[in-house]
Parts: sequence; structure tokens; C-alpha cells
Amino acid sequence: MKWSEMFTSSIGKKLVMALTGLFLIIFLIVHAGINACIWANDGGEMFNKAAHFMGSTVVIRIAEIGLFLGIFLHIIQGFMLEFQNRSKRKQGYAVPMGNKGSKWYSRSMGLLGTILLLFFILHWWHFWVPARFIGHEELTELEINGVHMHNMYNLMQYTFQELWVVIAYVFACFSLCWHLIHGFQSAFRTVGVSNSKYVNLVQNVGIGYSIIISLAFAMMPVSMYLGWV
Amino acid sequence: MEHYMMNLTLKVWRQKNANDRGGFESYPVKNISSEMSFLEMIDVLNEELIRDGKDPIAFDHDCREGICGACSMYINGRPHGPWEQNTTCQLHMRAYKDGDTITIEPWRANAFPVIKDLVVDRSAFDRIIQAGGYISVNTGNAVDANVMPVEKDKADAAFAAAACIGCGACVAACKNSSALLFVSAKVSHLALLPQGSPERKSRALNMVAQMDKEGFGACTNTGACEAVCPKGISITNIARLNAEFSLAALVSQ
Ligand code: HEM
Ligand code: SF4
Ligand code: FES
Repeated sequence: MKWSEMFTSSIGKKLVMALTGLFLIIFLIVHAGINACIWANDGGEMFNKAAHFMGSTVVIRIAEIGLFLGIFLHIIQGFMLEFQNRSKRKQGYAVPMGNKGSKWYSRSMGLLGTILLLFFILHWWHFWVPARFIGHEELTELEINGVHMHNMYNLMQYTFQELWVVIAYVFACFSLCWHLIHGFQSAFRTVGVSNSKYVNLVQNVGIGYSIIISLAFAMMPVSMYLGWV
Repeated sequence: MEHYMMNLTLKVWRQKNANDRGGFESYPVKNISSEMSFLEMIDVLNEELIRDGKDPIAFDHDCREGICGACSMYINGRPHGPWEQNTTCQLHMRAYKDGDTITIEPWRANAFPVIKDLVVDRSAFDRIIQAGGYISVNTGNAVDANVMPVEKDKADAAFAAAACIGCGACVAACKNSSALLFVSAKVSHLALLPQGSPERKSRALNMVAQMDKEGFGACTNTGACEAVCPKGISITNIARLNAEFSLAALVSQ
């Protein structure tokens, strides 16, 4: 079997979703860890240093390319999977099966993913594009221990003064949570974990991970809006 | 259990042939005993239709005891009706009460085209089996029983997977019309046993390739298949097939 045959087969396509999804799951831990520095209560110094490290280290910049490839692969394959799967039943049922046997979020991965994609666009526009390309008047410069860096903390504070932005971010975190509660365990099934001991472990860790990560991300804009940091 | 009689309204999908557009037809059915099976209830209606010179409702059935997998009916939004781990033929009318309306549809999937009314063409499953759902054994004298040691839990898991009757409810229930539960049961039942090991890799590759060719969708682990499977086939088998397929694909030439 050629590589191309493997990755265009139904299981191969799912393998692409699972591997890129697991990669994104690891990325989210790093992302949440760095952002959690805003709660250090030091006026953003620790966070700015961490953000500067991420933006200025060669290895991480190379990993960033991998991250973008992973995200786009996941999104493109995700949409293709969704539409191809939908086309497999030209004539539907008069009485839908609904929740008899499956959870709504497991059937709504395409929708939840689309909400995440829309959120990514907003999120990139808020932070990644100003930091990398076009700058922003609230993205001031500062110097810590003789090192010049962006004051990303300031840009964050500014962005999250707007109520609709905070609501949009929190909404996206809900979508992320549901996407992951199904996606986390689904990805392990897709790569072939069938031992019930590990399936149970994965299921529990997945729920814990999904809730903690989504809650952590959601609390960031909320903390800033409410002036906790 | 208390015996009672009931009157019902059936909304049944009628379609003359594969090319007909088809549509729902309503039928009142009277004096149905709670001890009848669901198919006997349809038999009663069909007798009436024949008496009135009308075309009886075509539906698949054979054993009527839950072992052949023929009786494909999607009843009130669920394949094989409301009971857990049950086939349509083993569904009894005590599941319903007087005055109920029951909607009956055929399995819906491009890979299972309707032939007539509630009868769909499930030969796609046969072609998947032909692609790899077999083992090769030498003919000649019968070998001694138990000559090949098999671990108890593997034998049990293989036996549980072998319980699949190929009914297609998993496909009917799946939002992606995926046949992976069926294929994973068939692959697991042979892959877990020493007799299945010579063709283990080609079996996983060929059966999945045939499944894709037949036009079934890709599994997204929603679990709807497992919930409706009359034989309680676990989606753990799907994870096992995923591993079987991926490893076979990685090492194949
Ligand atoms: C940080 C963001 C994301 C993470 C961590 C993530 C994670 C995952 C994981 C772990 C899976 C399960 C893979 C499997 O079942 O084998 C998955 C599936 C999927 N994702 Fe995402 N995803 C993200 C963003 C997106 C986006 C933006 C889309 C946009 C279309 C999307 C669409 C899908 C679809 C359609 C599936 C397949 C459904 C399924 O297999 O159950 N995801 N995702
Ligand atoms: S796996 Fe279950 S639902 Fe699917 S064909 Fe076999 S017996 Fe029927
Ligand atoms: S008629 Fe054989 S399983 Fe129902």
C-alpha cells in the first residue's frame, strides 16, 4: 500500500485528524502554560519574558511552522471529512435518531471546529498579526534586564477591555471544551488504543484536560476584563 | 406480563423499485395483540392489503429469531426499534400502547440502495467479506480439537466479535453511514485467533479498501453503532481495526 493510498483511505484520513489533533492538544498545554504567567501578579513581567522567549528562539520559531502546518492540515482534512461523510447518505431519515446512542457534541465536531476556526481568525488578528507584522499602538516596547521586547501584556489588557471580545473568547472556549471532550478520546481510539484499561484512563484524562484547559483560557480575558490582573 | 390489544397507526416507507421516488403511506392497524412480534404485526397488515388487492409491504426477514440479520427496519428513529441489543424480529408489540403512531423507514445509506419498500441491497457487506473475511486451512483429515492454544480472553473477545450478524444497523445509525463496526467485528474475530494470522495484514487492508469502495463514510467514533447493535458489538473493535490497519499499512510494500 502506497503512502498516498494509506492517507486517502477512510482510516488514514482519520489518522491525519488524530495525529494533528493530538499535536494541537500538546500545543494548547504550552500555550496555556505561557499565558498563565499573566497571573504572576507582577504587572506582566513574567508573561512578557515568556512571550519574548517564544518569539525569539529559533527552535520555537521552527516549531511554529510545524504548528501552522498541523492546524491547516487538521482544518482542511476536517472540512473534507465532514462534507464527504455527509454525502454518504443522500436521502436522510424522516425521524432523526438524535441523541439515541450518541452525544450531540460527538456529532457536531465540524460545527464546533468551524467556530474554533472563526475564533482563530479573530485571535490571530488580535495578537499574532500585530506582534509579527503590522504592530499596534497598544503594543508598546519595554526593556527587562537590558532586553528589548514587546509589551504583549499591555496589548492583552487593551484587547480585553471590550465586552464583546471577552464574550467571544469565552464562547470559543466552550466550543473548544466540547470539541476536546469528544476529540481527545476519539483520537486515541483512532490511533488504535483498544485496551480497556487505557481506554478508561484516556476517557477520564480527556475530560479533565478539556475542562481545565478551556477554563484556564476562558479565565484569561475574564480576569483582565474584571481587573483581577 | 399482562396481555392487551391495541390499535395503531403505521407510517411506512413505500417505494415501488430502486428508481421510484417513494414516500410515506399511513395505515391503521386494528386488534394487535401485545404478544405479537413486530413482524407478525406487519404480516397482519399485509394479509389485509392482499385481501384488498393491494401491494403488500416488502420487508426482509428470514430466521425471525435474531440470528440472521435480515430484518432491517428503522423504527421511530432507531434501527431495530426501541429495545437494547435486539433485532426487529425479536421486538414485541408490548413495546407499544394503544393509539401509538409508528414510523418505519428502510436503512438509509448510499451503499444500501432501496430495492423495494423496506428492503435494501446489502450486498456491499458480502463484497467486503469476500475481500478478506476468511481464513485459509488445509483440507484432509480433521485436526485434533484444541491443538492450537488460544488464550481464554482472546477466545472470548473473538467470540464476542463473531456474534455480528451483518444486519447493517450500525451503518443505518451512523451519521457518517460508516460500516466500521461491522468491518471491525469481522476483522477482530479472525485477527484475535491463530487461525486468522496468515492473512492478518492483507485482511485489514483489503476489507477497509473494499469498504471505502462501496461508498461507506469514515468513522468519527460517535458510538451510535454500538448503541443500536443487536449483538452488542463493542466499538473497542473499531480501535483494534484502526491499529490493525495502520500497522499493516505501515509495513506493507
Ligand atoms: C486548537 C484547536 C483544535 C484541537 C486541539 C482539535 C483537536 C481535535 C481532536 C483531538 C480530534 C479527534 C481526532 C480523532 O477523532 O481521531 C479532532 C477532530 C476533528 N476536528 Fe479538531 N481540533 C481543533 C480545531 C479544529 C478546527 C479549527 C476544526 C475546523 C474545521 C476542527 C475540525 C475537526 C473535525 C471535523 C474533526 C473530526 C471529528 C471526529 O473525528 O470526531 N478542529 N480535533
Ligand atoms: S456490528 Fe452489530 S449492527 Fe453492525 S452489522 Fe454486525 S450485528 Fe449488525
Ligand atoms: S429475521 Fe433473522 S435476525 Fe431478524
